[in-house]
Amino acid sequence: MPTKVRVSATINREPVDFLCEPRQSLLEVLRDVQKLTGTKEGCNNGNCGACSVILNGRLVNACIVLGVEAEGAVLETIEGVMGSNGLHPLQTAFLENAALQCGICTPGFIMAAKALLERNPRATEGEIRHWCAGNLCRCTGYDKIVRAILDAGQRLEVRPS
Amino acid sequence: MSMTTETTTQYRVIGTRPVRHDGVDKVTGRAAYGADIQLPGMLYGKILRSPHAHARIKAIRTAKALALDGVKAVVTTADLPDPRGKSANLGELGEVPLEDLSRNVLASGKVFYQGHAVAAVAASSAHLAEEALDLIEVDYEVLPPVLDVLQAMRPDAVLLHEDLHTSEFGKKSNEPSNIASHQTFQRGDIQKGFAAADLVLEREYRSATVHQGYIEPHAATALWNEDGQVTLWCCTQGAFTMRTSVHQILGIPVSKLKVIPTEIGGGFGGKIPAYGEPVAALLSHKAKRPVKVVMDRTEVFLGTGPTSGSYVKLKMGVTRGGRIVAAQAMLAYEAGGFPGSIVGAGGLCLLAPYNVENYSIEMYDVVVNKPKTAAYRAPGAPNSEFATEAMIDEFCEQLKMDPLEFRLKNAAKEGDPQANGVLYPRIGCIETLEAARNSSHYRSPLAAPHRGRGVASGYWMNAGLTSSVVARLNSDGTVTLGEGSPDIGGTRTSVAMQLAESLGIRAEDVLPSVLDTESVGYTEVTGGSRVTFATGYAAYEAGQSLRRQLIEQVGKMWKVEPDQVSFSEGVFCDRKDSGRTIDLAEVAGTLAHRGVDIGARITVTPQKVGGAFGTHIVDVEVDPETGKVTILRYTAVQDVGKAIHPSYVEGQMQGGVVQGIGWALNEEYVYNDEGKMLNASFLDYRMPTSLDLPMIETIIVEVPNPGHPYGVRGAGEVPIVPPLAAVANAIARAVSVRLYELPMSPSRVVKAIQART
Amino acid sequence: MRAFDYSAPQTLNDAIALLAKKGERARVLSGGTDLIVQVREKRRELDLMVDVKRIPELLEIRFDAAGLTLGASVPCHRIYEDPVIRRAYPGLVDAAFLIGGIQIQNRASLGGNVCNASPAADSTPALIVHHATCVIAGVDGRRELPVEQFCLAPGRNALGRGELLVSFHIPAPPPRFSASYIRFIPRNEMDIAVVGCGVSLSLAEDLQTVTSARLALGAVAPTPLLVAEAAVALVGQPLSAQTIDKAAAAAQAASRPISDMRGTAEYRRHLVGVLARRTVQKAFERAKEAVHAN
Repeated sequence: MPTKVRVSATINREPVDFLCEPRQSLLEVLRDVQKLTGTKEGCNNGNCGACSVILNGRLVNACIVLGVEAEGAVLETIEGVMGSNGLHPLQTAFLENAALQCGICTPGFIMAAKALLERNPRATEGEIRHWCAGNLCRCTGYDKIVRAILDAGQRLEVRPS
Repeated sequence: MSMTTETTTQYRVIGTRPVRHDGVDKVTGRAAYGADIQLPGMLYGKILRSPHAHARIKAIRTAKALALDGVKAVVTTADLPDPRGKSANLGELGEVPLEDLSRNVLASGKVFYQGHAVAAVAASSAHLAEEALDLIEVDYEVLPPVLDVLQAMRPDAVLLHEDLHTSEFGKKSNEPSNIASHQTFQRGDIQKGFAAADLVLEREYRSATVHQGYIEPHAATALWNEDGQVTLWCCTQGAFTMRTSVHQILGIPVSKLKVIPTEIGGGFGGKIPAYGEPVAALLSHKAKRPVKVVMDRTEVFLGTGPTSGSYVKLKMGVTRGGRIVAAQAMLAYEAGGFPGSIVGAGGLCLLAPYNVENYSIEMYDVVVNKPKTAAYRAPGAPNSEFATEAMIDEFCEQLKMDPLEFRLKNAAKEGDPQANGVLYPRIGCIETLEAARNSSHYRSPLAAPHRGRGVASGYWMNAGLTSSVVARLNSDGTVTLGEGSPDIGGTRTSVAMQLAESLGIRAEDVLPSVLDTESVGYTEVTGGSRVTFATGYAAYEAGQSLRRQLIEQVGKMWKVEPDQVSFSEGVFCDRKDSGRTIDLAEVAGTLAHRGVDIGARITVTPQKVGGAFGTHIVDVEVDPETGKVTILRYTAVQDVGKAIHPSYVEGQMQGGVVQGIGWALNEEYVYNDEGKMLNASFLDYRMPTSLDLPMIETIIVEVPNPGHPYGVRGAGEVPIVPPLAAVANAIARAVSVRLYELPMSPSRVVKAIQART
Repeated sequence: MRAFDYSAPQTLNDAIALLAKKGERARVLSGGTDLIVQVREKRRELDLMVDVKRIPELLEIRFDAAGLTLGASVPCHRIYEDPVIRRAYPGLVDAAFLIGGIQIQNRASLGGNVCNASPAADSTPALIVHHATCVIAGVDGRRELPVEQFCLAPGRNALGRGELLVSFHIPAPPPRFSASYIRFIPRNEMDIAVVGCGVSLSLAEDLQTVTSARLALGAVAPTPLLVAEAAVALVGQPLSAQTIDKAAAAAQAASRPISDMRGTAEYRRHLVGVLARRTVQKAFERAKEAVHAN
């Protein structure tokens, strides 16, 4: 039986402790150990962004981070985006702009967009497209996603969440 | 986004853009997709797949795998009932030999493609299950693979199935063949037609195997209970079709199987067939615990159903005035390891936007050592219509005729015959072309070196078939609406909107959900662009029924005849006494209090399906040194009959366009000589990213379909059809090279440019 | 995945000891964007991953008179977000900005990219044209190796048992020096380079005459190529269409591309010519604007 390692981290502002084998990715830990299934597996090799989470303030693909590498880390997942005031402006913007069809890529895009808008709420269409090139969507053709992120940027400038 | 419409009715709900009812769950990560299902005691299943494209299975030894600590079950084809001689009825997909279905799920005797499932294990973790797969020993006798459709058709080709004979003209050929079927569509006299032509062109067009590319891999969880009841949670496009497939493959009564469709992360046709579902059930049966089988991305490429690679030979003749007078085509589509490519649909759509009086279309369904194909958004049509739309552009260049004018001269209209002889009902082909011609995109100048504008049209017939809903009035006046159609793109809302409009309430007051096979009537797959049309029709009928029942009840309350009661904007009025009103919430509360149940169970099979036409315009820039093609501007024009929720109609158009662009420029299965796929990952199977595209403009045209109460035509599929030729035509206008093989990757563009000079 | 052990040493000596003990059965874990995928896909077998991201020296960015010391595990985003690196080494920023997408760049490092020794790595040609050296530490102490000697074959680097790459040393840019790295991919991001080209130039005070140059290619040979003949074609005279053509031809002649699913040999060789021209031009424009960075 492979040895498990004890890891302490903060996930969505809550301290957590978990056991995992070194071979379990952060994505597996989130989904199977922590039961946070909002982060999705699309390709398991860093090419689709469906598993995007924010690790120590940086957007990463959870499928190519080991669970054990999260020791001491501060993690944000889609489950933590909504605040005590309700939906985050990004979430509202995605809904109002119909920026999702099947919705499987949506958590990853929201995490990516959150990371972008937190450093640059005035991101232009070109900057958004470049930033999100690591997030694949097969349903929307990206048009409404980009519009939603532009919309959210404006909302955040008016009322940072 | 703009619209031209023939709709005259003022709707209250139809045409608005409410937030979708399942939206909050999807933006917060709460929605449960296929792989999110977790059950107590659940095991993880993994499938062992053939490394060879074509081989005989001599032996499978599973003892070592079973002996691994943590492994609870191993299954092979030996665990499935004998499928020989039986036929599986798959609804819209027709009758297929059960053997083909069963043996695609778990190979028996032979493997027909790299990735073909051979065995499966269930273990206490996915990692353990993977380790167990390494312990299964399979002895293969490797056979030469057949990898090209024309090679496969040769009389001396290596045969995949020794018992496959060509079906043609209602008979089977004497000799076995890789050609599973041969069909023909004919009209008029092509000899006479070509004799009258001033200009004749003949070309060969090729397209590679491409995948639907849904971001969510297949996932199925099964619980085979000790009482014989099997429950299956899966991200399927059709719970009932899945139930039909799986109960037949497993050989259990249909009543013993309940299929619960989870949320689904994309399908485009690829999540209709059964793959891991029967396997999960078998593993659960043996392990006596629930088992979840989730594919990884490599398995999705190798072990599911991409669409057909194809060869299309097309000859057309036109007059100097721009009329198509004859067409002759040969379509050969790769079915993959088992028969059943959708070459027939390809033939049906080949000339569909045009009224051509003389043609002959031969269609061949051919098996090759590649994954068994499945439907992919307007299946068969992109391959064939690419040829027609590209050749028309060559005619336009030679005749110096505007490409939209040419198409208008030949455009199909109501009363013209389709290839299957059925006459077109009211259609919007001409209106779509006119809207394209009037668009700001088409009228804008485009001048710069290496830039070009391409135009192409497309058609898809759409499906009707059977759909069901179950509606119930709640005590507060809202309506709970259970739908039989899995929701891949927002349809639970567009269906709910139709009930709301029909009954006379707000979209927000309908509570839609997607139900399982025990809770709602039979519903055909979410595919064929049919849900907003057919399930919407059912919702409309439900709304009408609720309306009638409510009016009757209010009549009883007021002691008047039902026709004296009117209902509008949530309020009932006495036509003879305008002071007497009562609102829906109050009525609902009163009825609930009295134990009066107001509900409707509706199943419909609407017959008058509206086909869809699209015309697209694209501007590209080509880097002649590298061959890289950049999409500068794209406009999709499409007749949708009636846009119930315009945002989601626009979304379908944009999504189809981008899949078409990927198909046109970069996507293909790359095989080596042994039939092994070299690019089975999103790294090298290159789908467009957000950085590869501009915004996609949409122009919605509404020529209502008389066969639907709100005029709906299916909208989801046709947008993937025009991009292939539109992009090819734009490249041709940009750098004066015609490409006849997809994808038009940078190296092919450079090669064509070098050959030109 | 096959099971493996994980260790996160806090000192260089501890890391060296672990690597020396396990040899081929251990591998340094930096960003993990290549390694984890390789192990998952069974392209690499190991018993131990040694996570070096807690060793301060591997994460430092340090400038002095001699130049830049760049820790091997510094993630790409810190490279392109650093204002001094952006000003002084735009050619390195080119490469760091091209590796994968944002998610990858927040983890992947140039050290990992170079040690992975893919023929198509984006960072290696860029580092080579900056005259970068690899600073290696092992049981026998430290040594330095020019980057162009570090990759031996596809997937094989010059590290011995118990050695790891600690940092890169990039000399301070002389006045009127700059560099550029350009690669060709079929999409606009997320692809492996079909061909990559790095060029550095130093100009005389006339801002025309090339006093030194380097040109390096990726994805056209088993290892990244430093093409000396291309530099010869450029150095000692004003940059002109003729010298650029000669350099491009030299680059093409030195290329030994294979045909694989990412491109045919013919197409790659063609692209070498195209990219060499474009990269030389870009490096030239940058060199004309370059301010000496301290």
